[in-house]
This record gives sequence, C-alpha cells and structure tokens, in this order.
Amino acid sequence: MNNASPFHNISPSDDLVTVTFDGIEYILPDGANLAASLLEAGLRYFRNTPVSGAPRGPFCMMGACYDCLVEIDGETRQACMTEVTSGLKIERAHRDKGLEND
Amino acid sequence: MEADYAIIGGSIVGLSIAWGLLKRGRRVLVLDGDDGSFRASRGNFGLVWVQGKGLKQPAYARWTQKSAAAWADFSAELGESTGYNLALQQAGGYDFYFDEESLEQRVAEFETLKKELGGDYPFEVLRHNELKREEPNIGPRVAGAILHHQDGHLNPLRLLKSLADDVRRMGGTVKCGVPVKRISKRDLFEIEAEDGTIYAAPKFVLSAGLGAMDLGPQLGFSAPIRPQRGQVLITEKLPKMMNRPSGIIRQVDEGSVQIGDSKEEVGLDDRVTLETASAIAARAVAVYPDLAKAKLVRSWGALRIMSPDGFPIYQESSTTPGAFLVTCHSGITLAAAHARYLPAWLDGSDQAPNLEVFSEQRFAIS
Repeated sequence: MNNASPFHNISPSDDLVTVTFDGIEYILPDGANLAASLLEAGLRYFRNTPVSGAPRGPFCMMGACYDCLVEIDGETRQACMTEVTSGLKIERAHRDKGLEND
Repeated sequence: MEADYAIIGGSIVGLSIAWGLLKRGRRVLVLDGDDGSFRASRGNFGLVWVQGKGLKQPAYARWTQKSAAAWADFSAELGESTGYNLALQQAGGYDFYFDEESLEQRVAEFETLKKELGGDYPFEVLRHNELKREEPNIGPRVAGAILHHQDGHLNPLRLLKSLADDVRRMGGTVKCGVPVKRISKRDLFEIEAEDGTIYAAPKFVLSAGLGAMDLGPQLGFSAPIRPQRGQVLITEKLPKMMNRPSGIIRQVDEGSVQIGDSKEEVGLDDRVTLETASAIAARAVAVYPDLAKAKLVRSWGALRIMSPDGFPIYQESSTTPGAFLVTCHSGITLAAAHARYLPAWLDGSDQAPNLEVFSEQRFAIS
C-alpha cells in the first residue's frame, strides 16, 4: 500500500483477493471497482496512449472518458467498469508504446 | 450584409466553394442548417479516393483525379493559414478481395478505364503474400487487394473546422443554425430562413446536400438525389496496425480504426442497426483479425447524397440564371477541385472547367 494515496476506501471489506498489475501483486477487496481499488493502492498511471505513448489514468470514473484503460487477457478494458476478482492479470494498456518513448 | 454569392449549406462542399470564391475576391455569405439537418460533412469516412470512380464515365474519373492531385497543395495552404493539420496521407489505398474471381473481374474493369484515361491510372494487384508484406496484420482469408496509388485519406472534421475558420478569416460570413425555408428571385435572390430573416445576393449556390431535394425544385432544378445510409463504427485508439486506408476500413491519425461502407436504401433515416453494424464489423475482422479484440467506442449512421448515376451534379438553373446546384457524394475527395476550379465556373470565367457532362440534362427523359 502506498500511504501517500489520497484515495481511501470508505467501506472497507475483509474479503480480499490477490491480483497482479504489470506482474506486481496487489491485495484488493473482492468485487470492488477495479479503477478505484488500484487508485487506493497508489497507482496513478494505468496505460500509455497508443500514438504518442503519454501516460494516462482514471479521470471520469463512470465509463465515459476511456482514460483508465487496462489490458486484461489481451483485451483493452475500462478499469472503472470492471470489478476486482481473484487472480486478475492486469497489464498497462499499450505499455510497449510508453517504453519505446521513454 | 453585402455578398456576391449566397451559399446554402455550410458543408464541406459549400465551404470549399466559399473558400475558392473568396480567393477570387468574391464576397460570400454561407448559411448552414442546424442539428436537425442531415450532415454528411460530420458523418463521412474521410477518404480522398480515386479507385473505382467513373468506371462508366471517364470524365468523372478525370475530375476526381484532378481533385486528388490538387489536394496536397490545398491541404498545405489550409493548414498554414489555420494551424490545423488535416493529416492528409496520399500514399495509396486498398480495395480488398476475398476471392480471386471478383478481383480479376475488377482488374479487367480497371484496365478498360486505364486505356480510356490514356494510361493515367496507377494501380497494382497485390496477391495475399505481396499484400502481407505491405500489411503484416492482414488476415488469411484476404485473397488480395488492388492498391491504387492515387488514393488517400485525411481527418474530415479538421477539414470542416479549418474551412469554416479560413472562410471567416478571409472575410466571409458563415451563419450556423439557419435552415432555409424558401428561395425566390426578384432583383436579387431572396433567401428566407425558417426564422423569417431574408438574406439577399445576386448569385446563389445550392450546396445543401439532401436539403436540395426540397429547395432545388423552387429554382427549376430537378435535383434528383436520394439518401443512402452508411453506418460507421469507431474502435478504441490502437497502436498503428495498418499502413494504408481502404474503402471499408482505415486507421485515423489519432489511432482509432474507422469501419464502414454499408449501403442501405432506407430514406431519411440515419439510425444505426445491430444487423448492419455486425456485418461491417465481421468483414473488418476478416481483413484484420486483431480487430476481434478491439473495443468499439462509437457508432453512427450518416446519409450519402446520391444522384441516379452516382456522379456529381453541377447545374446552373435554366429558369433563374445565377442560381447554381452543386451536389455530390464525394465531398471530401472533390473539396480541392471545388475550392480551386469550381469558382471559375460559377463566375462564368473562360478558365472554367468544362462540366457539361455533370449537368442535370443527363437525367432528362428524351
């Protein structure tokens, strides 16, 4: 957990599961909103833009802005429209693009 | 408000003409419709396309080629004066085929046209393996493609915005939200908007897209046009996965893949349907299988403006001279010609292109 995170879970749960993001394990509340949970865990940037490689993270949190995209099982998904489930393997969407531009 | 020309329709067609007239020193007033209007300029596919046009009318193929050839310079000039990058790319475009037979048939038609055009029709046939070298993401079901080197694409919304900006910058007036109800001729053409305002000008261009179906007959035009619906799908933004556009699928400069080219005769109905959306999505996936995992973020329907033979109509009214009808399906492709060459025709200059074959006379029953 990153204690510097300004995001706090207002309804904490004891029902926790493990997911990975870019190969790192995170313990998150089962069934919680994935974008919110990753923000609380201290993550800020979820993806790189596919053309310029600029970093992006959640913005609208309601399925409209497509900025919180992550890759799960090879598909781009909106993290704010996804629930935390046990064993999710999450990758930064278009991560290759970002690294190329580093 | 003093204007030499009133232009009904602030579309890409109308604004291209206004832009060209301003360059000739004319004063223009452009009246655009409202959100209730059917606006092909906001719903189109953004192709600057030569391939397959005018197979039975070489004059249309030549007019299209003349415009395509004028595009690079036109785009550069618009970009320089407005700061918009139109993302024009004219590095060729594909027509994909799933079976050899229809490919061969098309090639034969192209060869005929090529002869009629004196050889100026640079296309080549790419079989699957050759195509795969150009487009590594192509799917196994694609038998081949015709690559036409005069084809290309651009960002059509930036084109619309830059044209409107530049027309205003040069002193033209563009009024939005002004649907026109009636047009009559006294000393001047009097154009009555739906809110009752009257605009007047000595010359007048009707470039109102499907709006010409109602307005055209008021000035003696037959305006035999009809809507043809096309549905479009937009994917999430993706890393570059294709190098050239085609008539059914292209990747825009911002990363999204645009999928389209359905043709439905459904009247003034621009809704989307699941059936057609699925069909064009399936075809796109057959060409580029990686798209099966892509997320769609938007879809819409838009109405093409089709004449009976699919070619443009350029007609001065015989009953009220000074009134011109300009309508076409390919407003993006022809924008450069409309900006550079059509204004001389409207002005009655001896530099005017010969557009006789595009008059309404061709539809007259003799």
